[in-house]
Amino acid sequence: MLTIPQALFEKMTRHLEAGYPYEACGILIGEVDDPLQPRDRRVRDVILVANAWDEVNERESRHNRYLISPDEYVKADREASKRGLDIVGVFHSHPDHPSQPSEMDRSQAWPGISYVIVSVRDGKATTAQSWLLRNERDAFEEESLIISH
Amino acid sequence: MSITIRIPTPLRPYVGGAKEITGHTGTVAEVLAALSSTYPELKRHLFNEEGKLRSFVNVYVGDEDVRYLQGPDTPVPDGATLSIVPSVAGGAAPSPVAAETSIAHLSNDEIRRYSRHLILPEIAISGQKKLKQASVLLVGAGGLGAPAAMYLAAAGVGHLGIVDFDVVDESNLQRQIIHGQSTVGKPKLQSAAQRIKDINPFVEVTGYEEPLTSQNALRIFADYDVIVDGTDNFPTRYLVNDACVLLGKPNVYGSIFRFEGQASVFWAKHGPCYRCLYPEPPPPGLVPSCAEGGVLGVLPGVIGVIQATEAIKLITGIGEPLIGRLLLYDALEMRFRELKLRKDPACPICGEHPTVRELIDYDAFCGVPSRNGAAQEAGHGVPEITVQELKQRIEAGLEKTNTILIDVREPYEWQIAHLDAARLIPKGEIQNHLHELSQADEILVHCRSGARSADVVKFLINDVGFRKVKNVKGGILAWAREIDPSMPVY
Repeated sequence: MLTIPQALFEKMTRHLEAGYPYEACGILIGEVDDPLQPRDRRVRDVILVANAWDEVNERESRHNRYLISPDEYVKADREASKRGLDIVGVFHSHPDHPSQPSEMDRSQAWPGISYVIVSVRDGKATTAQSWLLRNERDAFEEESLIISH
Repeated sequence: MSITIRIPTPLRPYVGGAKEITGHTGTVAEVLAALSSTYPELKRHLFNEEGKLRSFVNVYVGDEDVRYLQGPDTPVPDGATLSIVPSVAGGAAPSPVAAETSIAHLSNDEIRRYSRHLILPEIAISGQKKLKQASVLLVGAGGLGAPAAMYLAAAGVGHLGIVDFDVVDESNLQRQIIHGQSTVGKPKLQSAAQRIKDINPFVEVTGYEEPLTSQNALRIFADYDVIVDGTDNFPTRYLVNDACVLLGKPNVYGSIFRFEGQASVFWAKHGPCYRCLYPEPPPPGLVPSCAEGGVLGVLPGVIGVIQATEAIKLITGIGEPLIGRLLLYDALEMRFRELKLRKDPACPICGEHPTVRELIDYDAFCGVPSRNGAAQEAGHGVPEITVQELKQRIEAGLEKTNTILIDVREPYEWQIAHLDAARLIPKGEIQNHLHELSQADEILVHCRSGARSADVVKFLINDVGFRKVKNVKGGILAWAREIDPSMPVY
């Protein structure tokens, strides 16, 4: 289960809408209930990240690819540590696509963190779903995404 | 002599929940090897099936990415921190149509027409606009191209291109449902365009009434987002593949034979290409064409519609494309199977060090005589007899001249039409009947078109050592055409 406060959820979706028609992305930092078998993740902050895909790949594919660079990851990790928090997940948009993970998402994913995917259609965020990669790396499982007030 | 290893959140469950672990100095490779032997579960998340560091795993020593130092040989000195850093990537399914181009407008007529699409949230207005904006090229308007073109037109693909220079023949109508009795004898392009316009007048059709060649393929393909390969021969299939790889376009592949079909999406940017699957063409003649081997009429319908489905998915970017998967369909068992395909790093066109950088002579590559008629003229390089000569020999009496006529077709072909003077020995069984043949006799061999019988003539002369063997040029088709028009042709 991933819990995200309403204000942070809106910060996240605004960032993703602003990135349309390209994919946009970011990092979720917060707390987990149990580092060995994390079940509950609570988002405490949202870190907006530039989609680094076009730096390493052809620019044209940025509308259906995202990349959070390792440098951004290290920065977010440091920021989280400073505040006694952890990286609990990442988020990205699927412009004009459903909020379900693609084969590309699966093959590049990590277990143990939440993958929030938001479908952005014609510039407006529509559905959001959160996914966890199975340990076997063979598939994603949906987890509940709770927006708290 | 200790170092600190920093573990990212996703991997902490595999190291007892620790954020940091103490290790021994060494190179990056040594530190990671020691780490994975202590925590075997960690290993598969760090390394791929080939034992290489996963492409989205980065290793930092201090603040430096080891890729910019000495890679796996980078030393990790006493007191240093080695960080394992994931870079996180992914994205929606790849789409050949650029996102910014979704400017197409749908009229009220179009909205009514496509309403069943528009109420699917996965397609909706934005997907339908992408379809309208898209252009798809069908190579061939035959068995596969016919159903694919009809469904793509119905779905609202804005621009369809068709390459075909054939004429509609009655024997096409058992499967090529885009054509009909009223268009027999007309160019397939004209017949297909007529049917497409009837299905959906909003579709623009461009016809290329010419064979696809190394000279025109890149020019023709350049205007299209997706190429649908509906060809029935290996030279064109390799040509379509190579042109798609060179232009970075997706190739929606389908092929059929008898009761079985295959389909895949070859898109070198995102997965393997046709050459990764079949680096070399089969020896000529080993794989018979549908004209020789037959095909269940409904089979290309199934495969062609799968191709249309994949093209629509690529354009709208929904679902999982058949990239990296070969779908096999068996109509008799009514079963689908799936094979995983890998990109071949040594692939001559899409691999790491490509040797094919432009289109080549595909007839030569596939070992077939070029299609400009030289095949018939060259006569397969074996001694030949024409059907007129054969007629005279039969009328004179074959026994009188110690001549025997062998039909090397299959029994079911014999049932359709045969020459009374011939004796049936199917090509595959010829070896078991050699003792019945005499070196002293003259042996005339025929099949349907003269191709299989030429192979048998070659075999009898080169491998068995017979001398007086001749191929009946043009086979039973030539007989039907020139001697006995009442004979059914197939």
